[in-house]
Amino acid sequence: MFLRATPRIVLPALVGLHLVVLLAGFFAPYDFASQNRMLPFAPPTRIHIIDSQGKLHARPFIYQWKATAEGVPQYKEDHSAVFPIRFFVSVPRYEIVGIVGFRWRLFGVETPARIFLLGSDAYGRDQLSRLLYGGQISLFAGPLATVISLSLGILLGATAGYYGSWIDEVLMRFAEVFLALPWLYLLFAVRAFLPMHAGPNQIFILLIVVIGVIGWARPARLIRGIALSAREREYVLAAKSFGASDAYILRRHILPQVSGVALTQAALLIPRYVLAEVTLSFLGLGVAEPAPSWGNMLAALQHYEIIGSYWWMSLPALALIPVFLAYYSLLAYYTVQDSSISEAIWKHREGFRPI
Amino acid sequence: MLGESGHYGGRLVISERTEPKTLNPLTALDGTSRDIIGLISADLIHINRSSLGTEAALAKSWEMSPDGRRYTLRLRRGVRFSDGHPFDADDVVFTFEAYLDERLHSPQRELLIISGKPLRVQKLDAYTVRFELPQPYAAAERLFDSIAILPCRLLKPLYKEGKLADAWGLNTPPEQIAGLGPFRVKEYVSGQRIVLESNPYYWKIDQHGNRLPYLREIVCLLISNPDAETMRFEAGETDVISRLSAAGYSTLEKYENARGFRLYDIGPGLEYDFLFFNVNDLVSRPLGSITYKQTWFRQLAFRRAISMAIDREAIVRLVYQGRARAMWSHVTPGNKLWVNQEIPTGLHDATGARGILRNAGFFWRSDGRLIDPARKPVEFSILHNAGNVQQMQMATMIQADLKEIGIEAHAVPLEFRSMLDRIFKTYEYEAAIMALADGDADPNVEMNVWVSDGGTHVWDLTPKRKLEPWQEEVDRLMNEQLVTLDYPSRKRLYDRVQRLIWENLPVICLVGPDILVGAKKRIGNFHPAILRNHTLWNSEQLFLRQIQ
Repeated sequence: MFLRATPRIVLPALVGLHLVVLLAGFFAPYDFASQNRMLPFAPPTRIHIIDSQGKLHARPFIYQWKATAEGVPQYKEDHSAVFPIRFFVSVPRYEIVGIVGFRWRLFGVETPARIFLLGSDAYGRDQLSRLLYGGQISLFAGPLATVISLSLGILLGATAGYYGSWIDEVLMRFAEVFLALPWLYLLFAVRAFLPMHAGPNQIFILLIVVIGVIGWARPARLIRGIALSAREREYVLAAKSFGASDAYILRRHILPQVSGVALTQAALLIPRYVLAEVTLSFLGLGVAEPAPSWGNMLAALQHYEIIGSYWWMSLPALALIPVFLAYYSLLAYYTVQDSSISEAIWKHREGFRPI
Repeated sequence: MLGESGHYGGRLVISERTEPKTLNPLTALDGTSRDIIGLISADLIHINRSSLGTEAALAKSWEMSPDGRRYTLRLRRGVRFSDGHPFDADDVVFTFEAYLDERLHSPQRELLIISGKPLRVQKLDAYTVRFELPQPYAAAERLFDSIAILPCRLLKPLYKEGKLADAWGLNTPPEQIAGLGPFRVKEYVSGQRIVLESNPYYWKIDQHGNRLPYLREIVCLLISNPDAETMRFEAGETDVISRLSAAGYSTLEKYENARGFRLYDIGPGLEYDFLFFNVNDLVSRPLGSITYKQTWFRQLAFRRAISMAIDREAIVRLVYQGRARAMWSHVTPGNKLWVNQEIPTGLHDATGARGILRNAGFFWRSDGRLIDPARKPVEFSILHNAGNVQQMQMATMIQADLKEIGIEAHAVPLEFRSMLDRIFKTYEYEAAIMALADGDADPNVEMNVWVSDGGTHVWDLTPKRKLEPWQEEVDRLMNEQLVTLDYPSRKRLYDRVQRLIWENLPVICLVGPDILVGAKKRIGNFHPAILRNHTLWNSEQLFLRQIQ
């Protein structure tokens, strides 16, 4: 029951999450790099409707954090003024994904108050805004790197499986080398060769390419197996005897069978690649400050005093859980449905249907 | 000097972050080795870590000739090495011979060479030695500090065989190591700990005539992770913690009373963090883009604008949680004898910085980016040590500050050794954040930083064709203070150096962090000091109070 409903629930949720992250500029109340140096490690702002005098307000409001100690970040609410939460606030022009200009943010409060729904970090930067902007890197690294891995895997796997002989030998031995190496260390090694000093966009592209290229071997092996068995089928032999070219047979008879494996591999690889990006950034090899990614946000937890004192700093780790859950439920669904999916695809096609 | 009189016995557990590399005083470079060697050896004249003045050690008295070039030292009689063999002038002569030997590459050798000529040592009798300096040298008695006196009987044979540089490694059996310090090596377990036991022949006594040290043993655990070091101190596994970070300090503060330890913030030490630009002469090197950016870096107005744009108070507050001092010249407020109190403290002023840049011909594009007079956007990278959290945070804050005035700065974390490689060898960097810490408060140890051909003149290490007038003046002043013997005149000269550095900003000083340490309350005579070793400098007097 649950399994059948999975894609109908999970897919829109995932698409929604990616959209929110893509439109981070609109949903985030602040820019990811804007520092509030009087408010380091401010706890999440509390939203009130009843003020300190017991009066009920129609519009939810917040109180400003006021530091109570010199040096050490400790705050209490300053009850002298209320700051109602406003929606669709107008802000100076910012760009969404570097293309579309925009002048509105979903919500905000009037200065000098700041709204930190998920608290602030060591420089007083809003964690929610950083989480959303950071998602642009962390969440999209997964699908984009998977596209690279799968394209390479399908291309090389199908070539190896279909042509066989020495091409197969060379490609598969090469794949085994990739499989035998522990991928994390391989990532470190490759990352070490790349330039240290580059803009966040370049680093993002580099990360995707590095992660994607390293992961080609496993899908390639699986796809090779399918191609290998498919080329011996009677309908392929028949097509060959009618004089069909290799390209035609690959396109018409072999690649369509690969879709099931490709989908399960995608559901498996995406979360793994999200984690790969988070790991690299966590270890300081990903995007550089001040650009956020979930990994470099979590890097702050490497310090004892932060993990012990400021719980909201670990929220990016919690954000990873639903993402993983969503992808792995899709994986479970596709694994069980693998055969029925390729069938479903074939239903809409005319002509031969493989047995 | 006189502390509370304690009682014997007990074991003190301390920690170090790295393993010592050697126990050989001649070749030790790293901090841990120097700390351990400090406990097992002694010098002729010692700098008191607390008062910063000199005091008699193995030399019970000394005299300077009127021209300041000849020092006669009278040695203590009846002193024995930790293996029971007596100490006399032969050991002193041998020690200085070894330290001055070029083949041994001792890091302290440089200090004993004065304007190209070595110090000369001569034995007058078994307990009197005379040192001759090639020229008058200010505060020359401070040179003797940390020159560990070596046992001639044990090491001379090795010296003759040419094996002295490799002597006293970590695997040398403890009975073959002998020193004049309050402790001696008992055991070393690779990667885990080094155990020192009290030296039964130690020469210092307390005010009641009892032989020091009081402690029976010092166990030094090797804990490489600073967080683990903090946690183990918190759990009571170690008795003393040196070099606490400000963040660690505030974490431990919560447990201060419950767990029976006390934390000490003894104010700024001698260390200072600074930002500097690469102004090395790169003509013969293929580093075109850096060469272009050097036209900005060489402009005083540019450096002044950067200095003004940096919010040092925010660095103190956020990075050090208030446990540091903002700095505008290079002598920390912790160095009370030498700091020039007249240096004005600047203010963070982005508008002022913009004004300076505008007057120098820079302007701003419509998107707020700063453009130089040749119409190129101003952009550079700042190297910092990836292993140093404070420097990483400083770089992030400076990045945000410079963005305010339209400068795009990229923070580039690098592993420490490859960062040093770029700064000292390849000159492949644009700007960098570094920290310098001195072993002594005296200006003489800063010679190699500020004199234009000094080895730590980090921002410009290449040979110079022409010096700027202020740099010529710094060279002259530093060399003059070196041969001036009275403190007030030296202070006047050094005050002027500080003012020149403040005016011309060859480096942009940022902050001087406080020295933060912690110790169990039951340790007696614990008086942390701003000079290293901050906590165990008076190890012979430390003792453990009995718990009632």
